[in-house]
Amino acid sequence: MLREEELKTFVDGTTRYFEVAAQQPATIGSPYLLEGDLAVHDYTGVISVSGKREGVVYFTAPRAMLTVLLMKMQESDFSHENMRDLVGEVANTISGNARKDFGHDFVISVPSVLTGDKPEIPRKAGMRSFVIPINWRSHSAKLVVSLT
Amino acid sequence: MGAAESSGRRQFRLLIVDDSNIMRRRIERSQRFEELEVVGTAGDGLEALELARRTDPDLVTMDLTMPQMDGIECISRLIAMKPSLRILVISALSDKATAVQAMEQGANGFLHKPFTDRQLNDAIAELIS
Repeated sequence: MLREEELKTFVDGTTRYFEVAAQQPATIGSPYLLEGDLAVHDYTGVISVSGKREGVVYFTAPRAMLTVLLMKMQESDFSHENMRDLVGEVANTISGNARKDFGHDFVISVPSVLTGDKPEIPRKAGMRSFVIPINWRSHSAKLVVSLT
Repeated sequence: MGAAESSGRRQFRLLIVDDSNIMRRRIERSQRFEELEVVGTAGDGLEALELARRTDPDLVTMDLTMPQMDGIECISRLIAMKPSLRILVISALSDKATAVQAMEQGANGFLHKPFTDRQLNDAIAELIS
């Protein structure tokens, strides 16, 4: 079962992503245990994890935040496809960076992207899910880590 | 075929491989080398192999986690096709074993995502110097 102290690698990965890719640090809130269903934002990038650990890591963000992130990356295409691409890439980068601490057997999938406010996110019964709140500029997003 | 000479400066043909459109454009836009000509971009390993056959690159930037065929297998096949190819892996996978595995297959450098423009250009400079 995922331990609270293991969340640090995801908090650090999220911090680094916004510092480097968005060139503007985000404020990362205290992680909390998810009870019930999470209210997701417009776009959700989901990474399935297998190997030594199993579960999912997902990054969910509103369209407005992704639009500003794209601007910071000098992108001028704010299409639905580009939003999907970006939210998947953020989830992939943060999950991939976690291998530094979890090791080679922390196997991550290519991202799948869900849209809408009630997407079906795969979750195993009994698995604890932690929510890491992310505040960047005036926007809020969340990283959810749900691992064995 | 090796890198071409143009106006006394060696020219390199670059193939960019990443399943993210945004990352492919970012790499293309951020590289600052007049010696580099981007000859193609691919979204997965299979497409990269096909493009490499057609465009004969000298340098490849290679993502690892991709659909169809992952970067590790693609590196191995590209090197079998052209042993002199220089490959820079650009991936979020940050464990040492993955970097070692990529190098064993024939990669020449490794850059972790997320990266700055400077880190990208430094990594490319090492490969073409």
